[in-house]
Amino acid sequence: MKISVETREATSRLTTLLSSILSIGLALCVAAIIFMGYRVNPLEAYRRILLSAFGSLHGFSETIVKAIPLMVCAAGLALAFRAKLWNIGAEGQLILGAISSSWVALTFPDSPSFLLIPSMFGLSFLFGSIWGLVPGLLRVKFGTQVAITSLMMNYVAAKILEYLVYGPWKGPAEWGFPQTSKFSISAQLPRLAQTRIHYPTLLFGIIFSIFLHIIVSKSRFGFEVRATGENPQAARYAGMEFFKIAIITMLVSGGLAGVAGFGEVAGIQLRLRMGISPGYGYTAIIVAWLSRLNSLLVIPVSLLFGGLLVGGDAIQLMGLPFAAVDLFNGLILLFVVSGEFLNKHKIKVKY
Amino acid sequence: MINALEAFLQATVAAGTTYLLATLGEILTERSGVQNLGVEGTMIVGAVIGFAVAHTSGNVWLGVFIAALTSGILGGVHAFVCVTLQQNQIVSGLAITMLGIGISGLLGKAYVGLPLSTKLLRYSVPFLSDIPVLGPFLFNHDPLTYLSIILVVVLWYFLFRTRGGIIIRSVGENPGAVDALGISVERTRYVCTVLGGILIGLAGAYLSLFYTPAWSEGMTGGKGWIVVGLTIFSMWSPRRALFGAYLFGGVEVLQYRLQPLGISPSLLAALPYVVTIVALMFGASERMRKRVGAPSALGKPYKRDD
Amino acid sequence: MNAVEMKGITKRFPNVLANDHVDFRVASGEIHALLGENGAGKTTLMNILFGLYKPDEGYILLRGRKVTLRSPKDAIKLGIGMVHQHFKLVETNTVAENIALCLQIDDLKRPLKFLRLLQNPLNDVENHIQDLSNKYDLNVDPKAKIWQLSLGEQQRVEIIKTLFQGANVLILDEPTSVLTPGEVEELFNTLRTITDEGHAVVFISHKLEEVLKISDRVTVLRNGRVMASLSTSETDKEELARLMVGREVLFRLEKKQRTRSEPVLEVKNLEALSDKGRLALKNLTFKVYSGEILGIAGVSGNGQKELAEVITGLRNTEKGKINILGVDVTESSPMTILNQGTAHIPEERIKMGIVPNMSVSENLVLRRYNQHPFSKGFWLDADIINQYSEQLINEYNIVTPSTKTPVKLLSGGNIQKLILARETSWNPKLIIASHPTYGLDVGATEQIRQLLLEQREKGAAILLISEDLNEILSLSDRIIVMFNGEFFGEMLAETANIEKIGLMMAGVKT
Repeated sequence: MKISVETREATSRLTTLLSSILSIGLALCVAAIIFMGYRVNPLEAYRRILLSAFGSLHGFSETIVKAIPLMVCAAGLALAFRAKLWNIGAEGQLILGAISSSWVALTFPDSPSFLLIPSMFGLSFLFGSIWGLVPGLLRVKFGTQVAITSLMMNYVAAKILEYLVYGPWKGPAEWGFPQTSKFSISAQLPRLAQTRIHYPTLLFGIIFSIFLHIIVSKSRFGFEVRATGENPQAARYAGMEFFKIAIITMLVSGGLAGVAGFGEVAGIQLRLRMGISPGYGYTAIIVAWLSRLNSLLVIPVSLLFGGLLVGGDAIQLMGLPFAAVDLFNGLILLFVVSGEFLNKHKIKVKY
Repeated sequence: MINALEAFLQATVAAGTTYLLATLGEILTERSGVQNLGVEGTMIVGAVIGFAVAHTSGNVWLGVFIAALTSGILGGVHAFVCVTLQQNQIVSGLAITMLGIGISGLLGKAYVGLPLSTKLLRYSVPFLSDIPVLGPFLFNHDPLTYLSIILVVVLWYFLFRTRGGIIIRSVGENPGAVDALGISVERTRYVCTVLGGILIGLAGAYLSLFYTPAWSEGMTGGKGWIVVGLTIFSMWSPRRALFGAYLFGGVEVLQYRLQPLGISPSLLAALPYVVTIVALMFGASERMRKRVGAPSALGKPYKRDD
Repeated sequence: MNAVEMKGITKRFPNVLANDHVDFRVASGEIHALLGENGAGKTTLMNILFGLYKPDEGYILLRGRKVTLRSPKDAIKLGIGMVHQHFKLVETNTVAENIALCLQIDDLKRPLKFLRLLQNPLNDVENHIQDLSNKYDLNVDPKAKIWQLSLGEQQRVEIIKTLFQGANVLILDEPTSVLTPGEVEELFNTLRTITDEGHAVVFISHKLEEVLKISDRVTVLRNGRVMASLSTSETDKEELARLMVGREVLFRLEKKQRTRSEPVLEVKNLEALSDKGRLALKNLTFKVYSGEILGIAGVSGNGQKELAEVITGLRNTEKGKINILGVDVTESSPMTILNQGTAHIPEERIKMGIVPNMSVSENLVLRRYNQHPFSKGFWLDADIINQYSEQLINEYNIVTPSTKTPVKLLSGGNIQKLILARETSWNPKLIIASHPTYGLDVGATEQIRQLLLEQREKGAAILLISEDLNEILSLSDRIIVMFNGEFFGEMLAETANIEKIGLMMAGVKT
């Protein structure tokens, strides 16, 4: 029996879909094996995840809640990744967005909603984009890797947050908990009915995802982004300026992550505190990757991962720690990245 | 005063050992051209497995050994995705980090808060460790700390004075030249990534078996990412890694001791990350790159252009 | 007995017969030059000798014994060493470390071989290098880092590498292309010393002066065949040039007479550096007029690449001015130069000319996507782009399943036709065409040459860079020969003396 590997000429949509499904399937299998080692019935675990995330109205609303920041971040990441700028810094950009919009909320608690909410939104986008701009500028000026610089800035952001909520911004009535005072009503985002869905952010996420998709496929700028990512030499020959593309994509992806942060503090947490994000910025990377950098697909895929996060809460009742979600995420990403190999190569077995 | 200084120096070395072990491993891996962002996940797996095995068997060294083995396997997985499948090295590393954190959370749940049954091992070098200040600082540590310092010398010698080291450094700079001589680029990278993983696992085991010693979820707390920064800060040199590891270790130890002076521990903790960014900028210019910059082929899968 | 004897070597590639029953002999102690234009088959022949290719027919004898070379490792073991044009050195390592890399590990089959990896080879290697340096008069500091050395010194390291590995036949591929005149002298001295010790040297070159100066024998290849194998002392420049480029009647395409009108491209005192920091363009001054094709003849590597890049905005100039239609574009970006009416058919089709994963239609508008009518403001007009693509596909006979097909699936010829279509369909004022028919089959080549002539009819000024002398002669109105970054002569194509061109291409000023 001989196994040979050949390069594919073209990757059909079907192949891509199949390899993605295969990747998720493999991840589920490996996770199942680990669960069994934990003396947990994997089928039961998966059933509970599905039920809790999608089986009830309440559960589904929570899924949407968790999907919102994923969607907003991943849409921006898809853009940056298209230009092959590996923005790993969405988590930090999100935090900066949260911090800056919290500042507005805490400084002007008595202002009316129609002034507060838009300025919180605007500032969060601004500061998120600044946080994204730094790695972008460093890349253009020094050639340093966006992945590393943005990663380092995640931790700087986390430490700034820590400093603020343990220190100068700690709410006077919070009795030692590292958090700010609760935002005034006018600084809180409205929610849908009895759920926790802060629908303005949701709408923003959906609209922006569609918008980015249209930009990437139909605009001049999108064309430049795609060409730069696919073949930077040809892009230069075609007169495209790398500087412009790098700066704009990092600004946009950073700004979007910032808005996600705003959504979390103004829509869910209603204050600034430690742990506002259970790694949304990192999970968004997986969402973007699995959506094959297609902003439209980001919408359903973020629902999937939102559901996973909700499911993570549910399986704790079975004795599995929440870390099982990290396990899933890691396995899925690992198999999806490995599965890329199948998209570009055919494996032939000869007897 | 002297006591405080002694205590501080000793704590710095202890804190720095985790960083040192892992950074030495990462330097080895990156020198061969493979970028490994899976340090955090690999380290925490080393920590949890080390503790679990040590606790269950009662033998600390068995824990260390199995931890090293498991992390080596994780390194092997990363090598497979990066070298054989030639996929995106950054994303693969991230995946392994998430995977490692997940595995450690799952495995570790049963061991949270449990004590280690064996005694804390610490060997004082007789007579030498009685020297004031320098004594405890240098000569009153556990075996893995001594190992880490020995490894600095060993790794330096290996990388810069042996045939194996020359091959590794050449693979990281110009894999085409090495390939043309018939030396396997793939095999070199596999070895370096697996060995790197082993050292990172040792760092994790050190954390849960010697430094703390205990297991708690997420106990590496971002140290793995500092290692990524430290590798850059030490400019991929084992000797500078020694300096850097203790520097970063010292900052960590200082964090809470300076609080009464009004210096926020959080902002101090951000220092290593900022310093890394500056180091990156510094090493990026054409002039500096040749002297202290990253291995030229870092992060790029190698394909022979036929 | 000859050190090397290659008999009846034949090697076929998809579009071309690279070596056609070639016989080649080198004696010990001899410097043997292998002369010919690009594409003559010299590099292929030597790649076969070095084990990189297997010949389809023929065999190789080393010191009278027949050998089979499955890879460079076999060749190295049998004493054949090659110094490539592009050095394979690790720049951040020292000389000794680079040479230590060559130590054969795998001739020890025992499992203990990995212990050898823990040895410190540097002292032994440094001593050995010292010995070789003394023996062959090749001075190099073993502790110096490669990036600190000049190109000439780096080449010395490559030579020492081959001697270190026990080579007694050294192949040097265009060794003087990166050297200063002083360094060339030193190289020649070194080669003499090496052959005095009994080694054989094969010197691949296209430069006549050097060949005449240093070689004992010279073999001239043209179109894959041996034209002659002579003792250098018994021949002269003219004969060699004639052998190199031939005298046959050239296929001249139908060309209408054009009268020169306005200059479109004016270049004055242009100087630019190569990637390695050497001066690649030396004080060039010329004009290209509308309705004419100016052909730049010459062997690749003499500055043509840099010339094309400087004019199209992809490389900086050190000195000089470039004007297109009266506008100074010396420091301008590629986009500005495009907007001045310049088309660029790049040398590297796939690396630079297309985005392989994008579709045919996207590649067809790659350069003018932000011009009307392809864009309206911020948005691309997909319908117009599609229509345009369909139109071009028909007009230019580009074979593709659809406009949406990823362009990487097209054949080489169709990719080039696409590039031509893209660059010429809007009737540009100036066309920079670099090796436009390289590697294409006869049919595609014809089509593309026709397209260029059509543009000439329409009044475009065309700068044609090509290694194919036939192409230059049949398409150009005027010809300039480029050698070592300088212009060696300008003439009208009609009255061009082929032998003179051959001499100039080979570095002989007439």
